[in-house]
Amino acid sequence: MSQIPISVTVDGLTYDDEVEPRTLLVHWLRESIGRVGTVVGCDTSSCGACTVLMDGQSVKSCSVLAVQANGHTVTTIQGLAEGEDNWHPVQAAFKECHGLQCGYCTPGMVLASIDLLQNNPDPSEQEIREGLEGNLCRCTGYHNIVKSVQYAANTMAGKDQPAELTGGAR
Amino acid sequence: MTDTLPDKLETLSPMGRPLRRKEDARLLHGQTNWTDNIQLPGTVYMAILRSPMAHARITHLDVTPALSEPHVVAAYSAKELGDLNGAVPCVWPVTDDMQAPAFPALAVDKVRHVGDCVAVVLATDRNAAYDALDAIEIDYDQLPAVIDLESALQPGATLVHDGADSPGTNECYTYHLPGTGIPYDEAKTKADVVVKRRFINQRLIPAFMEPRAVVASPMGVSNEMTVWSSTQIPHILRVLLALVTGLPENSLRIIAPDVGGGFGGKLQIYREEILAVQIARQLGRPVKWTETRSENMVATHHGRGQVQDIEIAATKNGKLLGMKVNLLADMGAYLQIITPGTPLLGMFMYPGIYKMDAYDFNCIGVFTNKTPTDAYRGAGRPESTYAMERIMDELAAELNMDPMELRKKNWINHEDFPYATIAGLVYDTGNYEAATDKAMEMFDYDSLRAEQQRRRASGDPVQLGIGISTFTEMCGLAPSRTLGALKYVAGGWEHCTIRMLPTGKVELITGTSPHGQGHETAWSQIAADILGVGVDDIEVIHSDTGRAPYGMDTYGSRSLAVGGQAIKKAAERLIEKARVIAAHQLECSVDDLEYVGGAFRVKGDAEKAQPLAAVAFEAFSAHNLPDGVEPTLQAESTVDPQDFSYPHGTHLAAVEVDTETGKTTLRTYVCVDDVGVQVNPMIVEGQVHGGLAQGIAQAMYEGVEYDEDGNLLTASLADYLVPSAADLPSFTTSTTETPSTTNPLGTKGVGEAGTIASTPAIINAIVDALRPMGVTDVQMPASPQRVWRTLQEAKGGNA
Repeated sequence: MSQIPISVTVDGLTYDDEVEPRTLLVHWLRESIGRVGTVVGCDTSSCGACTVLMDGQSVKSCSVLAVQANGHTVTTIQGLAEGEDNWHPVQAAFKECHGLQCGYCTPGMVLASIDLLQNNPDPSEQEIREGLEGNLCRCTGYHNIVKSVQYAANTMAGKDQPAELTGGAR
Repeated sequence: MTDTLPDKLETLSPMGRPLRRKEDARLLHGQTNWTDNIQLPGTVYMAILRSPMAHARITHLDVTPALSEPHVVAAYSAKELGDLNGAVPCVWPVTDDMQAPAFPALAVDKVRHVGDCVAVVLATDRNAAYDALDAIEIDYDQLPAVIDLESALQPGATLVHDGADSPGTNECYTYHLPGTGIPYDEAKTKADVVVKRRFINQRLIPAFMEPRAVVASPMGVSNEMTVWSSTQIPHILRVLLALVTGLPENSLRIIAPDVGGGFGGKLQIYREEILAVQIARQLGRPVKWTETRSENMVATHHGRGQVQDIEIAATKNGKLLGMKVNLLADMGAYLQIITPGTPLLGMFMYPGIYKMDAYDFNCIGVFTNKTPTDAYRGAGRPESTYAMERIMDELAAELNMDPMELRKKNWINHEDFPYATIAGLVYDTGNYEAATDKAMEMFDYDSLRAEQQRRRASGDPVQLGIGISTFTEMCGLAPSRTLGALKYVAGGWEHCTIRMLPTGKVELITGTSPHGQGHETAWSQIAADILGVGVDDIEVIHSDTGRAPYGMDTYGSRSLAVGGQAIKKAAERLIEKARVIAAHQLECSVDDLEYVGGAFRVKGDAEKAQPLAAVAFEAFSAHNLPDGVEPTLQAESTVDPQDFSYPHGTHLAAVEVDTETGKTTLRTYVCVDDVGVQVNPMIVEGQVHGGLAQGIAQAMYEGVEYDEDGNLLTASLADYLVPSAADLPSFTTSTTETPSTTNPLGTKGVGEAGTIASTPAIINAIVDALRPMGVTDVQMPASPQRVWRTLQEAKGGNA
């Protein structure tokens, strides 16, 4: 199959590569450049596990061809805050509020939440639930994911956390 | 979880605190090791040709054209695989005369469900492997599909298994459990009321988020075949792969790296695991297979799938006399690891929390041309709890009693424990009154009933329904002798080894195999409490038979209830060994030492102390050990549980049902669970939330649908409705704490409780909303269309 050249900036590094036209962005991320923090959960664009930011907007990377990412900037879960000691406020909130269990939906859930908060910095519970409708989680029942997003919104706005979000002493 | 603790946290026990998880930094930064991430040099990718038909004879099959496709290394059907075409094992032959047909990894002559494996292609490029499947030549002669359970048992029905050794029926087995009391028919003669219902406990798909994957590499050291698999059961898988493939068990190393959920769906030895190992062995190079979601829907085992005929007998005052259960359980096309036993895990639990004089259980396993069933979160107990809690509401309606009053009249009172049930179990502890009182108060039951009356009186098109589920379940699988009595071939023990390294760091090696449950955090809390070291000084090693050789893995809400005991005992043994060394170092008797805050201290002499880490270094250098004491500081324990544990709780749901559209909205969900002593209440709460979501999903959203030809209609996440955040509310959860007496930590399981309890609470609520209109049942999932049709039928309309 013919190969098409692409140049994509992923998590701060620019990659020049050649891909088959049918290659999905998520497969290119995982298999060609080794950014395996982004995962595949389905084949019908239903689950959102593969969500990344492209030029700052969330996209399901199974629904973008690698060639469509040519010339664009992609941020994955691995590029949000380099190293385990650095935390994006949304990552920190998911830990604080126990917004993850197995962690498989988590990269997509975190990036979708970041996009949600960019568009709506102070969302209601219902707005969070509807905003994350495209991302499935099988472990948490979403209860603590909603709390995580509320917690992150407060952090990013410099507000104090209400008691119901802080979940007690560690 | 709102306690505030003093500043000096390090002096406090970590037990019972909502510590944030050690696992999360990695998972939140994408520093993960899913099986599909593993890329070994020389890997070939396996793609599988699956049957598009539910039941057909293969009349022509030739894989050789695939061999000339680009990048293809090999292709196999059953013929080419020959003796390497291993049989998928079932380890629970529930009766001596159970029909246990052969289940070859690649189908031989016949396919028996959509998704059955027919042939495989191996290529050096993943896409090329899938492309080459198109080159395989195959013709089928389609046969009638066996779909309906009752029809399957009729004389003359098409046989799913019709080989030479077939007994000529689709019946897999019949299992009868008489209760410990009087015969049911005798109890029934005293009854004023007998209520009979047929409930359909529909098939479900586990739908864990990480699809399965396996990498089998023959490139390990010392002839080692290393198998990475997205599994819940690396240890059991090792034994079974050895038995199936004939490879020596001591040359197999199984690693379950990061595993993205399981819910029973990864409690299995799958065809694809067997094929990967056998082909890796044949080709002498690593073989990798990753399931697509489309494959997952047809090839990962399903759960539930029962027709439940339930009969309950009572006096007019609401005293239960007896219960009779007749099940048809859908095995699917083949028996997998515990397919036949799964319905029997519910057999002891139909009587639930209630006292009665008679119980009779009968189950017929039935083969169909559908994906095999097996364990799915709760495995048998959600089905039994659903039937019992649903029929209690029907009985209450029959008697014109409040459903909670009926339950109170019949449940086991807290002073009655330990209580020998009619099904033959002994419940050690419980306090149904306390959990119910708390839940009723949080829910504000009386106000909701008043609102319901107002809405009924005003003819509000949106009716309010209240649903109750007061449940218990058996978990912590399991006493090995009990498993043996049930003909399950393995035991139910668990292992832990703890070693303190010369630098004072601790390795805790567990036989449990977490896939989202937070064992690394919780196990550290248990050990840190006993060892007096920091939680962060403990590294929990798991899910790798090379590093954690002994274990029975994670399922059946067993990991804490069973594995926790082994952690406790191993930690205590380590301290006892250290005490002998410390006494030698401090030149005193072991009886003169107390162990406080991570150090041995001479009683009455605060200056004389030896930190555990110093003892560990001494045990390592071995320069000055007492006579007869072996170097190194480690201890181990393998614990067989004395009995199950019995979590219980009261779950209350309020739903609004729009009688004009059939749409149900879950307005409030309150539950109080008693899971005994909690190691980490944050993790407990998270387990309850996730369990609730899955149980509510069975009631409202999820259900496997086949057409009459056996085509799976719910074959993607676009068609099978795993709920999103927008489909669920927040939950109001709380706990009571009645310690279990069957384990020294006082813990019970929590992983399945929410799923077991919540399904009947939702359906009871929907039926309660619509009962004045003549509705007595709604089949699950209670979609708007189904609720609307049920309502029209009840009204006598023509829906």
